[in-house]
Amino acid sequence: MANISLKMPGGGRFVISHYPVDAIGIEERAASFTKRSIKGESKLDLLYLALSMCDLTTLEGADTEGKIRQLCAKAIHPVSPFAVSEIEKITNKKMRPIPSVAAVCVYQNMVPYAKKYLGDSKINIAAVSTAFPASAVSTDIKLRDVKKCIELGATEIDMVIDRGAFLSGKYQKVFDEIVAVKDICAGKAHLKVILETGELVTYDNVRLASMMSMYAGADFIKTSTGKVTPGATIPVTLVMLQAIQDYYDETNIQIGMKPAGGIRTAKQAIHYLCMVNEVMGADWMNPDMFRFGASAIVNDILKQIFKQYSGKYYYSYDFAID
Amino acid sequence: MIKKTSKTKKPVKAVKTVKVVKAEKKSKGFKIDYSPSLEGTSIVTIKPRNELFIGGKFVAPKSNKYFDTVNPATGEKISELALANKDDVDSAVKAARHAYNGEWGKMSGKDRGRLLFRVARILQERAREFAVLETLDGGKPIKESRDVDVPLAAQHFFYHAGWADKLDYLAPNKKVSPVGVCGQIIPWNFPLLMAAWKLAPALACGNTVVLKPAETTSLTALLLADVFNEAGFPAGVVNIITGAGETGAALVNHPDVNKIAFTGSTDVGKLIAKSIAHSNKKLSLELGGKSANIIFADAAIDQAIEGVVNGIYFNQGHVCCAGSRLLVEESIVDEVVKKLQRRLDMIRVGNPLDKNTDLGAINSLEQLNKINELVDLGKKEGGDFYQSSSPLPKKGYYFAPCMFSNVTSAHTLNRIEIFGPVLTIQTFRTPDEAITKANDSRYGLAAGIWSEKGSKNLKIAGALKAGVVWVNTYNKFDAASPFGGFAESGWGREGGRHGLFSYLKID
Repeated sequence: MANISLKMPGGGRFVISHYPVDAIGIEERAASFTKRSIKGESKLDLLYLALSMCDLTTLEGADTEGKIRQLCAKAIHPVSPFAVSEIEKITNKKMRPIPSVAAVCVYQNMVPYAKKYLGDSKINIAAVSTAFPASAVSTDIKLRDVKKCIELGATEIDMVIDRGAFLSGKYQKVFDEIVAVKDICAGKAHLKVILETGELVTYDNVRLASMMSMYAGADFIKTSTGKVTPGATIPVTLVMLQAIQDYYDETNIQIGMKPAGGIRTAKQAIHYLCMVNEVMGADWMNPDMFRFGASAIVNDILKQIFKQYSGKYYYSYDFAID
Repeated sequence: MIKKTSKTKKPVKAVKTVKVVKAEKKSKGFKIDYSPSLEGTSIVTIKPRNELFIGGKFVAPKSNKYFDTVNPATGEKISELALANKDDVDSAVKAARHAYNGEWGKMSGKDRGRLLFRVARILQERAREFAVLETLDGGKPIKESRDVDVPLAAQHFFYHAGWADKLDYLAPNKKVSPVGVCGQIIPWNFPLLMAAWKLAPALACGNTVVLKPAETTSLTALLLADVFNEAGFPAGVVNIITGAGETGAALVNHPDVNKIAFTGSTDVGKLIAKSIAHSNKKLSLELGGKSANIIFADAAIDQAIEGVVNGIYFNQGHVCCAGSRLLVEESIVDEVVKKLQRRLDMIRVGNPLDKNTDLGAINSLEQLNKINELVDLGKKEGGDFYQSSSPLPKKGYYFAPCMFSNVTSAHTLNRIEIFGPVLTIQTFRTPDEAITKANDSRYGLAAGIWSEKGSKNLKIAGALKAGVVWVNTYNKFDAASPFGGFAESGWGREGGRHGLFSYLKID
């Protein structure tokens, strides 16, 4: 891979230098976070934080108003007040209030239902856009998709980059599309740029795509659509976090990170947060700067929180499905 | 790394506007300080008093003297060790000679291998016990004793067990035979692992051994004695005697010892070489180092940073091959220093038994004083000093990791081995200058190269005067890979095929 020279929208060029990533090294560092032993109070802190960082997601052809209603209820109250009071009675301890999740993430046609059922809660509505997940349509249709999402009430746009263009070296096209989407989003919606790292394959590609996305205006960069295997991994997320760190050093602008797809357990979430804690520091340890694109972890996190309080294990059926 | 041309400024700024607002209103997140997660110590029983292991039994020293061994994490005494005098050394050597002339000397390579495989398996079975004891005795973080020291020690026994019945293939058309009784003296930085490095090849080759662990860290070696008995080794094949310099000198000068293997400081290594110069004892030395770690501008920088951290801060810097001299291409030095400083603050210094501790206790008060003295001297000589902000435990021997950037080759800290978590950083302009600076040392144990350009790596690796050259990694050890140094870093190799020659006569 070489340096990439890109035309800026207002004229002029800038260069993204080749910044290689050593695969063995990144995987070793990533593994070190999975060996942290998180116990007691710090475990509870991280579980609560992880819950508040979740983007509860449904992206199915079969999505309906009913399904979205269900998802939004879960987003607002991940656990019913009844279950909390039950625990408090048994343990004679006051539980820290269980937070709502950060956002729900849906297709464009489901945005009105999300708006309806989230009501005046502070939960964000993220719409996957730009012909998610393959991004295989013309640019004007992608842009209309974004516009429509915002019109319908999306507060966050999860766009996908054109991986075909990226892999064939048409970096300019990828860049221009992100810039164009950003123009539509600016001031109205947060822009998350999905790289689909499972299709970019190499860490060098992930690093380059991360840098291009941030310079094109991403507020967040996100690993995956959830439709491709592998989804998020700890090493891929580490590459992206280090790109975010370098971008911050150059511009003083904080960009957020969202691993998505493949994160299923509270334990995994804790590993990710240890990584954010140690690589990025406290400034990134909040839902404005870090999100989990995962629905499956919510109930596992709740199980662990309840276990921390009561000392006993819970079943999945102790908590509502989403 | 982004290079912008001047014309690009306007559009980039336009894109940024929204985000700047966001950056301003960013909420401070959580700073998570991991709650203590202590490894339990109930698995280990530390005897209040430890005897000498001679002829398969623990026996009281003829000296009738004992000395204290302390846990550096607290500074408190944890046990007493027997002090072996000349007579004790003589008993141990006699026991070793007796075993060599007896059952062990007649045993086939296959059977020696069988016993060594047993040692390896028992080490794996009792891994946690060894890891906890190693950490209690030496102060290294439990995650290192658990994930590095003990598994590698077991691997050394597995690897050499495999050689025991294949020695005839080592030197075709030659006759190989054991050397005899080996005196082995090991250091305090990897007590169990160094014992394994020394014992496994010696035993695989059919020798018997008198091993002297370092006086501050003898407990895991004594526990290993237990393993040899459990594995069914004939009495006297392995003898372990504890004591300090005088005990070591008695062993080195004993007339019935055929070979001395020593790992430790260059000064002591020279003394040993002198004192056996007029004998026909074989000698292998693994001594000090001041190894260079070289980062080129075309390296994968973030991974190189990790390599530097692993190179110098692993095991509190108590590593003979530690990458203590960092050489950075001048064009990227600011970036590297900034990233290293940030990384230094993330290193958790603390109780070695805490599973989240990255940097444990300095091995002894003596060593801590030495590090403090040298760092003070470094500060006087100049350079930019940076030390991790990690809090230190109140009790025990601790030193926060630190680095000196902007120093030159003439700086004292670039000349002498510190054996602590202290890094120096110099710059270079061209590959030739990097090679010259890297080789500008009395030592030549190891070196590291960081570059994504393969042809450059090969060329530079060949030009470095160092026994081990790691490319795009550092501090990787394997029983199959020979280890040893150039110049004042030592004589001979340990590990791998090469390491066996130190323990064999070849006719």
